[in-house]
Amino acid sequence: MTASTAPSPDTAATRGDALLRVTNLTKHFPIRRGLLQRTVGAVQAVDGLNFEVAKGETLSLVGESGCGKTTTGRMLTRLIEPTDGLLEFEGRDVTHISMRQLRPLRRDVQMIFQDPYGSLNPRHTVGTIVGAPFKLQNIKTEKGIKRSVQDLLELVGLSPEHYNRYPHEFSGGQRQRIGIARSLALRPKLIVADEPVSALDVSIQAQVINLLEDLQNEFDLTYVVIAHDLSVVRHMSDRVAVMYLGKLVEVAGRDELYTRPMHPYTTALMSAVPVPDTSRRTKRERIRLTGDVPSPINPPPACRFNTRCWKAQEVCRTIEPPLVELAPGHQVACHFPENPDGPAAGPVLLDTPRTRDDDATA
Amino acid sequence: MGLPTTVFAYLVKRLISAVVLLFIITAVVFAIFFLLPRLGGASADDLASRYVGKSAGAAQIHETAVRLGFTDPIWVQYGRFAKGLVAGSDYYTGAGYDHCPAPCLGYSFITQNPVLPDLLDRLPVTMSLAAGAAFLWLLGGISTGVVSALKRGSFIDRAAMTTALAGVSLPIFFTGLLSLSIFSYGLGWTAPGGSYTPFQENPLMWAYDLLLPWITLAFLYAAAYARLTRAGMLETMNEDYIRTARAKGLREHDVVVRHGLRAALTPIVTIFGLDLGLLLGGAILTETTFSLPGIGQYAVQAVANNDLPKVLGVTILGALFIVIANLVVDLLYAVVDPRVRTA
Amino acid sequence: MSQPSKPTTEASVAAQPDTSETGDRAGRRRRKSAATVNALDGIGGLGAPAPDSFLSVRDLRVHFPTDDGLVKSVDGLSFDLSRGKTLGIVGESGSGKSVTSMAIMGLHKPGTVQMTGSIRLDGQELVGSSPEAVRLLRGKKMAMIFQDPLSAMHPFYTVGHQIVEAYRMHNDVSTSVAKKHAVEMLDRVGIPQASSRVDDYPHQFSGGMRQRAMIAMALSCSPDLLIADEPTTALDVTVQAQILDLVRDLQSEFNSAVIIITHDLGVVAELSDDIMVMYAGRAVEYAAAEEVFERPKHPYTWGLLSSMPRLDRARIDRLRPIPGAPPSLINVPSGCPFHPRCAYADRTGGLSQSQRPPLEEKAPGHYAACHLTPEQRTAIWETDIKPTL
Ligand SMILES: Nc1ncnc2c1ncn2[C@@H]1O[C@H](COP(=O)(O)OP(=O)(O)OP(=O)(O)O)[C@@H](O)[C@H]1O
Ligand SMILES: Nc1ncnc2c1ncn2[C@@H]1O[C@H](COP(=O)(O)OP(=O)(O)O)[C@@H](O)[C@H]1O
Ligand code: SF4
Ligand code: SF4
Ligand SMILES: [Mg+2]
Ligand SMILES: [Mg+2]
Repeated sequence: MTASTAPSPDTAATRGDALLRVTNLTKHFPIRRGLLQRTVGAVQAVDGLNFEVAKGETLSLVGESGCGKTTTGRMLTRLIEPTDGLLEFEGRDVTHISMRQLRPLRRDVQMIFQDPYGSLNPRHTVGTIVGAPFKLQNIKTEKGIKRSVQDLLELVGLSPEHYNRYPHEFSGGQRQRIGIARSLALRPKLIVADEPVSALDVSIQAQVINLLEDLQNEFDLTYVVIAHDLSVVRHMSDRVAVMYLGKLVEVAGRDELYTRPMHPYTTALMSAVPVPDTSRRTKRERIRLTGDVPSPINPPPACRFNTRCWKAQEVCRTIEPPLVELAPGHQVACHFPENPDGPAAGPVLLDTPRTRDDDATA
Repeated sequence: MGLPTTVFAYLVKRLISAVVLLFIITAVVFAIFFLLPRLGGASADDLASRYVGKSAGAAQIHETAVRLGFTDPIWVQYGRFAKGLVAGSDYYTGAGYDHCPAPCLGYSFITQNPVLPDLLDRLPVTMSLAAGAAFLWLLGGISTGVVSALKRGSFIDRAAMTTALAGVSLPIFFTGLLSLSIFSYGLGWTAPGGSYTPFQENPLMWAYDLLLPWITLAFLYAAAYARLTRAGMLETMNEDYIRTARAKGLREHDVVVRHGLRAALTPIVTIFGLDLGLLLGGAILTETTFSLPGIGQYAVQAVANNDLPKVLGVTILGALFIVIANLVVDLLYAVVDPRVRTA
Repeated sequence: MSQPSKPTTEASVAAQPDTSETGDRAGRRRRKSAATVNALDGIGGLGAPAPDSFLSVRDLRVHFPTDDGLVKSVDGLSFDLSRGKTLGIVGESGSGKSVTSMAIMGLHKPGTVQMTGSIRLDGQELVGSSPEAVRLLRGKKMAMIFQDPLSAMHPFYTVGHQIVEAYRMHNDVSTSVAKKHAVEMLDRVGIPQASSRVDDYPHQFSGGMRQRAMIAMALSCSPDLLIADEPTTALDVTVQAQILDLVRDLQSEFNSAVIIITHDLGVVAELSDDIMVMYAGRAVEYAAAEEVFERPKHPYTWGLLSSMPRLDRARIDRLRPIPGAPPSLINVPSGCPFHPRCAYADRTGGLSQSQRPPLEEKAPGHYAACHLTPEQRTAIWETDIKPTL
């Protein structure tokens, strides 16, 4: 992976200091076969990512399932070690640091998981679960751990009386709050949230989104949100990074991305989002991707999207398009980008505010 | 679709590893049986003393030990044994040399004959016992398990599971002796034990002689299989694909058998294979209880006589059974679960 | 408990007596026979079924006795569906959507469930009819596809075998004829190289292909009614779009009636002619799709719309979630089951807390179950809700 350019210094300057910076971040999972467990290939789950996250911002990672979002998140929190590349947190290289050195990083970087059912130990009380980080890090709080845990529970909208209850006594949304309380215990600087609301119903989802926003403002948190719902992503993020088969294909500010998606894959994703408005049924001109994401074991050569892209030319199969800045703060990896001359006026522009009259005549 | 080659490659791979495994097992078993007495403090001469007359002097004993090869280092002895397995070997009997043809599983100096022919003589008895019992326990265990699962919580379920609990916890000699005293001595319906008629001589007598041992052994296993099947059925009948089968309008019978049982049986195949391999253990007790001249009984006698080559031979035969059973299970698994073969 | 017969032209139907709350078992039995024998007028807040309705459900109640109490999963549901039309059922998890669809398909295990009311499919009453009679309709007259296509297909049989099995159940043809039909169906739902993929096992298909195969299986006997329970929830948005397109195309080709069940308002908007919003086992709003999105009349529907971030509107700074969580279906709140979470419950003079609002026709063809007066409703919608969406 030599084609990607380094993160543009220009955009970094406009956003203040980078809390987190990744350069050529890569994770290949070896595939082993046979008696001797020889390595016969690799799942190229993440392949050469370059991006940075500024202090206080929310960066979202979007893409279809299997494109490497979770793997990226797990590398950012150093739950797994990158195969290659550089991972810097607050300017310090943490790519390969040892378990012991990881300890302070575990305080600063926390992860929230998708499945509010699977990620909480059913045999532990809420108090034990939320208080676990204190114990793990050997931290004494001024008011005692119990009091601190109860404060955390209140903070995320649960009641302090829930201290002695078990996870199965809670609904999905409440369980997600427990997970959030646990991640906040050590006052982290960065939270990586992997599909934090995907398993929740729409009304509960909104509660949790609002809670995450409030906490961000209160504690000056930085978020990396992994999500596949483009509407949720637009609501939550300052910047969005679109992934396809282990690569970044587009990175841009939220408004820029949603008004002027430039990578064909991004436009296809947006076009596929069903909107709760029957009047758009017929009006929208859709881009339909055919087939599925190819296997990350044998990704297509050059532009990995070329097997599904309606604009693909010979060059897309031979030369990998580098991720380059085509507009201020807007990086795209495509030989033939969409909307090259400015915001789209066509069907991908979904957020023209509609007037009342529109509604009345619809 | 490339399927036969995949299966063939799989088969070859499994066969090779099975052969390797067998050699490792023989080596380990050999080491155990020949090292254990030494660790217990017995010298080569002490071992040899059992093969000469009571009046023999120390020099004669030592000479015998040398002739029998007991003084050689363990790997030399194993080399001899392994060579015997592949090419056969000659054993000194005191009066001359006796040839033990390949595959030579060892030679008993006490009865002065190779072990393998003895075992082969007795194999049909044990096989007959195992096959009949296996048939009965599969039939009884699986059908009881299915009915129990479908009628979960009912009287039938509770009665079956209580019986099953008794089945797994009661020892064979207890159920065996109990059934002998009731059905053979008391009612006179079944053979009193101690006799075996080969199948090719008289199939009816064969079955008559084996009926009670079959039932006794099958009861033990059927109980375990009923519990396994019940648990498996309870799980699979809650699967989404059962709902799909019903949504297609299939008859309930087909839903249960073709969709539910088909999936629930898969893990049972594994366990069945291992059980068949391990059956020797069950056979020892059953054959002793019913005085059947099978391999189990042979093993008991060999142990009682401290006839190490025989014990070694039985052990290796047992290991062979287990390895073969494992191989068959793996192949069967690839047949019953397409996810194994086409992953 | 006999219901006065009401002319169907009358806008509002009498409040529906809640037998399960009074525990009048005899009454319920009598009502059931009335429903099955007599015309279906007046029951469950809807009038007699429209003449062209292919499926009509009236006052459906599905209750599960459990150790903790009676779970009232579906509690008085009525709706109609014609051939060639699509009904979308939306609601949060646990609102009774799947239980309703399983009830129509007759898939609830007898003995574990108490089912009353009426489900008429093409004139044939399903509630109370013999399991065998309903089984013969399954797969042939009505078919269903499920949320997770991997677990919904048997792992040990090929995709083709599973389609053949469904087809031969209801058609007296040879295996080879059925297999040819399976290939045609797979081809029809867009599986490439159908003639070789027909021998693949489900795990060899991708998620989207599995759902296509499920659809092929469900449509193999050309059913008149197709129920899709969260058919795209487990799929990526791009694949979801493909599947929704497919369902739409197939529906116009087969002219079947379709029920699509989902918690995603976007998905129902893509497909549905009519929408029913469910809450705590009841319909709270039931109307044409345009009506529900343009002029929703129930506070719960307003809440759902305000909760979701929308790509088709300018980004708003803050979402407005419905507070709290859905109630337990063992202890459904008194009166309007939504009242503990409803921002307008105090505007009805105590009615919301004490009386269950009937599903009434608030505008032609637009039913809602709420005590707010038309003036209140219009005022709240126009000033509080609509401008903020
Ligand atoms: N067999 C059963 N016994 C007892 N309660 C049941 C049974 N089946 C469903 N329920 C209950 O009925 C209610 C409605 O269930 P249903 O599955 O229809 O919800 P849903 O709207 O489909 O939700 P989801 O979106 O989670 O699938 C739930 O509270 C559920 O727990
Ligand atoms: N431990 C692992 N071993 C092998 N492959 C893995 C492992 N973890 C993830 N993968 C593969 O890496 C790819 C990216 O996975 P993931 O990051 O979980 O995707 P996403 O979160 O976008 O759904 C997938 O193809 C997945 O199968
Ligand atoms: S580089 Fe070519 S194949 Fe890749 S997205 Fe752009 S146009 Fe499509
Ligand atoms: S009846 Fe009352 S509580 Fe129920 S939705 Fe209407 S206003 Fe809200
Ligand atoms: Mg993931
Ligand atoms: Mg459901």
